[in-house]
Amino acid sequence: MSASSTAVAGRPAQPAASDGSLARPTVGRLLRSELGLVFRRRRNLVLLAVLALVPVLIGSVIRLSSSPDAGEGPQFIDRVAGNGLFLSLTALVVVLPLFLPLAVAVVSGDAVAGEANLGTLRYLLVVPVRRGRALAVKYAAVLAFCLAAVLVVATAGALTGVALFPVSRVTLLSGGTVPLAEALLRTLLIALYVGVSMAGLAAVGLFVSTLTEVPVGAMAAILTLSITSQVLDSIPQVAAIHPWLFSHRWLAFGDLLRQPVPTRDLLLGGATQVAYAAVFLSLAWSHFASKDVSS
Amino acid sequence: MTRAATAVPPEAPGTARTAAAALTTSGLTKRFRGGQLAVADLDLTVPMGSVFGFLGPNGSGKTTTIRMLLGLVVPTRGTWELLGVPMPAGGSRVLRRVGALIEGPAFHPYLSGRANLLRLDAADRLANPRTTRRRIDQALERVGLSAVAGKRYRNYSTGMRQRLGLAAALLQPRELLVLDEPTNGLDPQGTREVRALIRELAREGATVFVSSHLLAEVEQICSHAGIMSAGRMVAQTSLAELGARAEPRVRVETGDPELALRVLGELGCLGAERRGDAAEALLDGVAPERACAALVGAGVPVRGFTVQRPSLEETYVALTGEGFDVSQ
Repeated sequence: MSASSTAVAGRPAQPAASDGSLARPTVGRLLRSELGLVFRRRRNLVLLAVLALVPVLIGSVIRLSSSPDAGEGPQFIDRVAGNGLFLSLTALVVVLPLFLPLAVAVVSGDAVAGEANLGTLRYLLVVPVRRGRALAVKYAAVLAFCLAAVLVVATAGALTGVALFPVSRVTLLSGGTVPLAEALLRTLLIALYVGVSMAGLAAVGLFVSTLTEVPVGAMAAILTLSITSQVLDSIPQVAAIHPWLFSHRWLAFGDLLRQPVPTRDLLLGGATQVAYAAVFLSLAWSHFASKDVSS
Repeated sequence: MTRAATAVPPEAPGTARTAAAALTTSGLTKRFRGGQLAVADLDLTVPMGSVFGFLGPNGSGKTTTIRMLLGLVVPTRGTWELLGVPMPAGGSRVLRRVGALIEGPAFHPYLSGRANLLRLDAADRLANPRTTRRRIDQALERVGLSAVAGKRYRNYSTGMRQRLGLAAALLQPRELLVLDEPTNGLDPQGTREVRALIRELAREGATVFVSSHLLAEVEQICSHAGIMSAGRMVAQTSLAELGARAEPRVRVETGDPELALRVLGELGCLGAERRGDAAEALLDGVAPERACAALVGAGVPVRGFTVQRPSLEETYVALTGEGFDVSQ
């Protein structure tokens, strides 16, 4: 056993530290590896491609037909023909109820259950990777995917909008207009808000993913929960629970198109996501930490 | 010659700790939620530097034991140590000194063999990223996979998958290797290579804990063996002692088997029975030369006199039962 010449003084050398080990742990390698797994997987790339197609499809339809009247169809769609920048917002509104939660359900549901199903989970844990660390890395990768998904939609929307429609100063919902640069910045903030809005669902998904070894089952359950939350949110008789639903403030991003920006709902929306994340990550950890990995 | 019944472990579990042991368990028990008792009061001692064959029929609790040892399954009761480090508390420190193949290989199918090893190396916080490439190359080389390292795991044959699993276990210098049926799915050539690899690893100083149901394999490569049956350890010792412990039988070929049976019975041999023109009995501590002299002295016309020691297979079957049914 030859002590590594680079071993930090005063720290006992790791046993068998000949060449394979470091005295100091490396940070971020597992996260990079996890991001590679998520973003190189063909299925996930197809999901992103489908999301990117949504604004292209909407833009093409509007370009080829007459613009719908105000108040018809998804929010903002009546403004797209007048200003291409609104295509990003329309696309985000369209993907929010189903496409985006579907993508989040697929990636978060697969996070633990997928590895359990393949059997790679047992090898990951005996490397060793602490179970809490494994969950943290998995959650970070799912969040990165949520962010990538909304940025893909917003970017595809902006590019398609610029290509097919005139672009001008943007008229806000509160009246008044803002220059192009500020409009783009606000669009980016809206996309980020939508991304953050998925954090709660992603945590729920990670928890569900620790419960099973069948990833498709986890995905279906997560999507069902997402739809249930939105259905409950639309039933007035259960208005009392509306503020507690993770989907309740998903559409609050419209506030970012007002001047001044009313921050109350936006902050509450963000807080809801943080609360959901805290609760469901704790549940995921408490279940996963003592779980028998027998797959 | 020992008279100990085969079911008694050679050493009391308490004494094991003083000797250098790579792996010890004490009262390790797993009862699954359904109430099924998978492993019961397992006291296991794997001496440092040994090649320990972990035997037992399907369903006898071998895999559950291995999963408990590696911290994947939480025992209902009992304690265990890996390389002298109490588990599961020391797992994050000690497990990187342990290479494992658990119930067959498992990798991401759409990644190449090399990318899969890279993934496992990235998960090891203490692995040096600067030596990753070299270590992966060496591991692949050692199991003979260098040529197909860039192929997707999906397209690997069973034998190649098994080899990749072994390569993963060899990414770091290991002091203990826990290998669950390492030759499963390999062709005869691959089997020989894996046996050679295990011998080589043992020569380099690693302790190898290898589960198998191939008794010939265990006889060839193991220095020690433990036999599980229905969740319990029914024998645990060095292979030489396991052979010696098995009760030798004497077979006397003679024209007068009845007389031979009587003489053997008077000497204290057990289970004397006639088999055609021969008398057979368990020696049960009687020196063979004494039995031979007594037979001749009593006028038995001895044509042949043989002392037979049962093979590992016979010992194994005697301990685990003949039946074809899965236990429990």
